[in-house]
Amino acid sequence: MKPEWKAWAQEAKNEFPRANSALMPLMHRIQLSEGWLSNETIRDVAELMELPVQYVESVASFYSLFHRQAVGKRVIHVCVGLSCALKGSDELMHALEERLGIKEGQTTEDGAYTLLEAECLAACDKAPMVQVNLRYEGPVRPEDAERLLSEEVPS
Amino acid sequence: MSAQHYLLRNRDVEGIDRIEVYEANRGYAALRQALKDYQPDELVAMVKKSGLRGRGGAGFPTGMKWGFLPNDGRSRYLVVNSDEAEPGTFKDRELIEENPHQLVEGIIISSYATRASEAYIYCRGEFLRGAEQLKRAVKEAYDHGYLGKNILGTDYSLELKVYRGAGAYICGEESALLESLEGKRGNPRLKPPFPAVAGLYGGPTVVNNVETICNLPPLVTYGPEWYTSMGTEKSPGLKIMSVSGAVKRPGNYEIPLATPLRTLIEEYAGGMLPGRTVKAVIPGGSSVPLLMPDQLDTPLDYESVVKAGSMLGSGGCIVLDDRVCMVGATARLVKFYREESCGKCTPCREGTYWMTDVLERIEYGQGQLSDLDLLADVADNIAGKCFCPLGDASLGVLVSALKHFRHEFEAHVADHGCPMGARLYDTVNH
Repeated sequence: MKPEWKAWAQEAKNEFPRANSALMPLMHRIQLSEGWLSNETIRDVAELMELPVQYVESVASFYSLFHRQAVGKRVIHVCVGLSCALKGSDELMHALEERLGIKEGQTTEDGAYTLLEAECLAACDKAPMVQVNLRYEGPVRPEDAERLLSEEVPS
Repeated sequence: MSAQHYLLRNRDVEGIDRIEVYEANRGYAALRQALKDYQPDELVAMVKKSGLRGRGGAGFPTGMKWGFLPNDGRSRYLVVNSDEAEPGTFKDRELIEENPHQLVEGIIISSYATRASEAYIYCRGEFLRGAEQLKRAVKEAYDHGYLGKNILGTDYSLELKVYRGAGAYICGEESALLESLEGKRGNPRLKPPFPAVAGLYGGPTVVNNVETICNLPPLVTYGPEWYTSMGTEKSPGLKIMSVSGAVKRPGNYEIPLATPLRTLIEEYAGGMLPGRTVKAVIPGGSSVPLLMPDQLDTPLDYESVVKAGSMLGSGGCIVLDDRVCMVGATARLVKFYREESCGKCTPCREGTYWMTDVLERIEYGQGQLSDLDLLADVADNIAGKCFCPLGDASLGVLVSALKHFRHEFEAHVADHGCPMGARLYDTVNH
């Protein structure tokens, strides 16, 4: 457990009428600094929140944005919703898989990239689109895969 | 094209997301007016009179929803549903990212009207910029005396907080949203009791969509007669439609309700891409049945779209053109519900999985004619048999595609593959 987490937990608890509401804000904050939520982190969060470990795990595992495995420095979410699919999101996914040498759901060996599919990201006017560390980019056509990977991305 | 912009009126104003610019464009004037000229109940009456209906998808009359709050002295909550995730819908994202103060002003007016002392914005986890914009706007509003104790010198006080979701479509369902806001898994609750009686932390709660709330400032400024002067008697006012698919100008368009679908596609969205024709339209987000090319004159109001066999829903209008494989499109949409089913009810959890599997094997040329009956059978075993609307929502496009495009499904079976050469990204088997 990082020393500052205790203060973070307290800050989150102070924000809400019931302490339980602090759980997700706390996990967001820790994940932002750690990149993901390891089993050890889940145990730490449970201790800070005075909740059973199983409960914290049940919540963390429900939401797709809480990473329960280590992810790369850049997490690319390719929107595969219908509007993006109609504009070539599947081909974009294939192009990214080929460039990165990994499959959807995996992380490159050097820990630089994680490639994930996302359900509709509510930016269908930019189809096909992606999020890099939750920042929107679009349209990103299959032939733009190389350019996407060469861009500097603010964290 | 008659571009009447109200909710989107400031979309071209540079820096409208900053409070000084918002104020310079008549921002927070409606709030001042509401606090000065109206008692809370008068505002509720005004919203009832305007006929404003929930813009998240269900179209429930907003004033009536507010009227359900019991007068039992308990403190009330207002929760704004900003968990926009219905495929094809992207209006709330524009509203919160580009003009967050309009939403904040609407929230303060709505909270005053419903006598809520605490309000929350439940912001979709993927909307990182949206949450940043909202947090900044809320802070600016506090600093300028629009939030906190004794707003603008009145005896009304309100606390407003931004809460981030973490990736779960189901949290757009209001009771699942409240569970999530309480730090739980986003499983829907049994209703009744409805949130008005037992919502957040068991207290009386109003849950409204972003677009709904954004209607409040112009409603106070221009009055309910302005609202009822547009649309129809039962569907008055304005709706933002998100248009995507094979049109020249995909985007958000604010239309007077009852504007024909054809006008939305041909005038607002610039018409079809060169050489493409309309094959079918999903008019209100991925949960609603298809409209066919001979229904393009359907007026886009709640009643007319239902009469045409679909729903206006969230206003996420996906235009499918003649090159779209209906089997592939349907498979993609049903897969979405498979991914987003919370798993609580067996028909939804297993049914969406099964239907996706069958649809993908038909698309890949491994289907049989009996699969079409199997799909109908599984759909029948989901319909009306789930706790929340997600199960039913997975059937809208599927059932209407089987009805209107059965020949296309049969051709996939007969040809052992997609006659249109469409390919699906294999999401299940790698």
